[in-house]
Amino acid sequence: MAGSAPRRSTLGTIVPLIAKRVLSALVTLLLVSVVIFTISGLLPGDAAQEVLGQSATPEQVTALRHEMGLDRPAHIRYFTWLGGIVRGDPGMSYIADMSVGEMISSRLGNSMTLAGITALISVVLALVIGISSAINRGGKLDQVLNTVTLALVAMPEFLIATLGVFVFSVKLLWLPSIAMVSPEASWSDMLRSLALPILSLTFVVVAQMARMTRAAVADQLDRPYVEMAKLKGVPFSRIVLFHVMPNAVGPVVNAMALSLSYLLGGAIIIETIFNFPGLASLMVNAVTSRDMPLLQTCAMIFCGVYLAMVLIADTVAILANPRLRA
Amino acid sequence: MIGGNLSRRDIISTGLAGAGLLALGGCGGEGGKPRARRGGSIRAATLGLSNADTLDPAKGGTAGDYTRHFMLYNGLTMIEDDSLRPRPSLARTIESDDQITWRIDLQRGVRFHDGSELTSEDVVYSLLRHKDPLVASKMATVAEQFAEVRAEGRHGVIVRLTAANADLPTMLSQSHFLIVRNGQAAPDGNGTGPFKLEEFRPGVRTVGVRNEEYWIPGRPHLERVEVIGIPDEVSRVNALLSGDIQICNAVNPRSTRRVEADPNYAIMATPSALYTNLVMLQDQLPTGNPDFVQAVKLMIDRPLIKRALFRDYATIGNDQPIAPFQPYFNHDLPQTVLDLDKARWHVQRGGLSGVRMPVYASTAAEGSVDMASVLQEYGSKVGLNFAVNRVPADGYWSTHWMRHPMFFGNCNPRPTADLIFSLFFDSNAKWNESRWHNERFDRLLIEARGEGDEARRGELYGEMQRIVHDKCGVAIPVFINLLDGYDRRLKGLRPVPLGGFMGYRFAEYVWWED
Repeated sequence: MAGSAPRRSTLGTIVPLIAKRVLSALVTLLLVSVVIFTISGLLPGDAAQEVLGQSATPEQVTALRHEMGLDRPAHIRYFTWLGGIVRGDPGMSYIADMSVGEMISSRLGNSMTLAGITALISVVLALVIGISSAINRGGKLDQVLNTVTLALVAMPEFLIATLGVFVFSVKLLWLPSIAMVSPEASWSDMLRSLALPILSLTFVVVAQMARMTRAAVADQLDRPYVEMAKLKGVPFSRIVLFHVMPNAVGPVVNAMALSLSYLLGGAIIIETIFNFPGLASLMVNAVTSRDMPLLQTCAMIFCGVYLAMVLIADTVAILANPRLRA
Repeated sequence: MIGGNLSRRDIISTGLAGAGLLALGGCGGEGGKPRARRGGSIRAATLGLSNADTLDPAKGGTAGDYTRHFMLYNGLTMIEDDSLRPRPSLARTIESDDQITWRIDLQRGVRFHDGSELTSEDVVYSLLRHKDPLVASKMATVAEQFAEVRAEGRHGVIVRLTAANADLPTMLSQSHFLIVRNGQAAPDGNGTGPFKLEEFRPGVRTVGVRNEEYWIPGRPHLERVEVIGIPDEVSRVNALLSGDIQICNAVNPRSTRRVEADPNYAIMATPSALYTNLVMLQDQLPTGNPDFVQAVKLMIDRPLIKRALFRDYATIGNDQPIAPFQPYFNHDLPQTVLDLDKARWHVQRGGLSGVRMPVYASTAAEGSVDMASVLQEYGSKVGLNFAVNRVPADGYWSTHWMRHPMFFGNCNPRPTADLIFSLFFDSNAKWNESRWHNERFDRLLIEARGEGDEARRGELYGEMQRIVHDKCGVAIPVFINLLDGYDRRLKGLRPVPLGGFMGYRFAEYVWWED
């Protein structure tokens, strides 16, 4: 009886909360799409001009604009696109002779693989570093880990990536300097070519997550309930994992959500340095070629992933911490 | 782990050794030239690929596109050495008596990758599609010269131009005029070229495998060529030095020392007519004032620009668009040199002392930002106050180029003197960058275009260069060399001054040797 009542109330609070968040996420997405459409409309030139380049004749530009539908008023173009995306069809790319869905699907897989592996490694690493650093507060290990993570936070990713390439590819010839992702490559080939991008990205995100974990855990370790548990003779590992972590998990998962959503859309520098065919470079490409349907759809994906991550983080925090359910 | 890399290279080399032995018997006929080996697979990286990559020669706009198109298709003519003279390719002969009506006789028995035979219909279709605005051909303006293109029999084509043009064979050697299959609205790589298309993913890569039935015997030598794009220059050079690619283009002059420090890699410098020019609009003041133009031309420190900006990988320019190594270059034209006293005199005579002028520069025009800074420095010494406005590369050509009194332009090498003059210096040209107007020049342009006599043509182009050098509001400080980095085991490379990668045609000529 005592066990079932809170569970029902947990569900009772979580479900409306998630529903509300999903609804507001949809509104946010809509607003973002309007903002992106408006701002990208302010960019000089359009897709027709970019395709034809310097040597365009006015007749060509007019003909191509008509074919692309760029001669229609802005709001009609917007609502056509919106109607499409609601039905799940993001339309045709202006530039490549392909549907946006087709273009994104291959890149999305690549980005997901990169982000997924990096996330797996960095979350585990961050938790280990953060917790061991927090329980050794002031000790040698803590100092070393602190220095290292602070140094990594301060180091820009292009520096880490460039140094990595210089050492491991150019000097030692161990790893390829560019991430060649081809469908026929085996898993081991792929891991080898992804090693440097994963290494650089892990360095970037692990530091932030580890710092956040350390702060949250350290904060909890000072609480009276920890002392109480110690006095009761609970083993220290149990105190950390079952007493402290549920209380510390809120800020930790939030930091993780932010870092992980960054992995998908913010990896542009890493994608550029390693020539990785990911989603971020596709979007930058879409901006320079003024390929609106592609740009909009990429933006929707990034925004959607971000919102989903934050939502998951909040839900986890609430589920882990009974006090937040009230 | 070092061993891991070696074995990767060994796989390539053993494959080569086997294929090489087979090929030795076949290619002994080339006199003193080194013998080309058959086999090998290389990866080449160009400046950048994007979603706009295309298999349609007419739409090609980047080095990656040109390279891909030359792998898959052939032109009627081709340029394959530094003489820049067109040679017959799919056209056995191309001749004309009046430079207006041209008679083309095609090679017999040439087959497309799908097995169908090349006929005059394919050529007619390939040439005429440039006139369709929906094809969005980069050569639409040039194709306006085709008054009529028709087949004459199975292997003959007649091209009638709207006016005489002796350069037609050269123009047809450009990648845009490569021959596609009749009726293909969106060409899919089915050409007559040295490589068959195995894989094409826009923005990612192109893979070509040797066309075993290529109509030129003994070519190509390579088994497989993969073309990828690496936009970041540092990454491109790193990829070369770590053995991930075997050749790349657009190496920054600053990286050349790094590449050459390693005995396994080398730089191929291709002198080219690529230039970044400072433009002064002639229909505005003070840029339209001849004294202003002269003063600016006199205060450009060309040797400094050549040395500091391009590490000597450049040729000094003389404010006219024909480079010294190109046909028709006028050797008698005095070289403009840095002369601040003379510049000051022009400034004072024109009443221009203290004039404040914004100059628009951008990374879109290679080297222009640094050139503008150099100009600013010398300007302050002669009483001209230049303000350097550095603007973003994105959208530069549509928003800044030709929209301010003083700005930088950038012009890729064009295959003929006529093209460069008619595109950028003809008074009525859309990109008459400086909006100058010179009737004599315009008359000479038309006369030279139709002139069949080479000596007379040279005289005409010589005089046009003098007029541009003296009167036009365009300063051309240097011609910029194109730098390719390559693995020394890649043999047979030679510069062709139309572009990097042997004028984008390296895949057909090079071979791999350990």
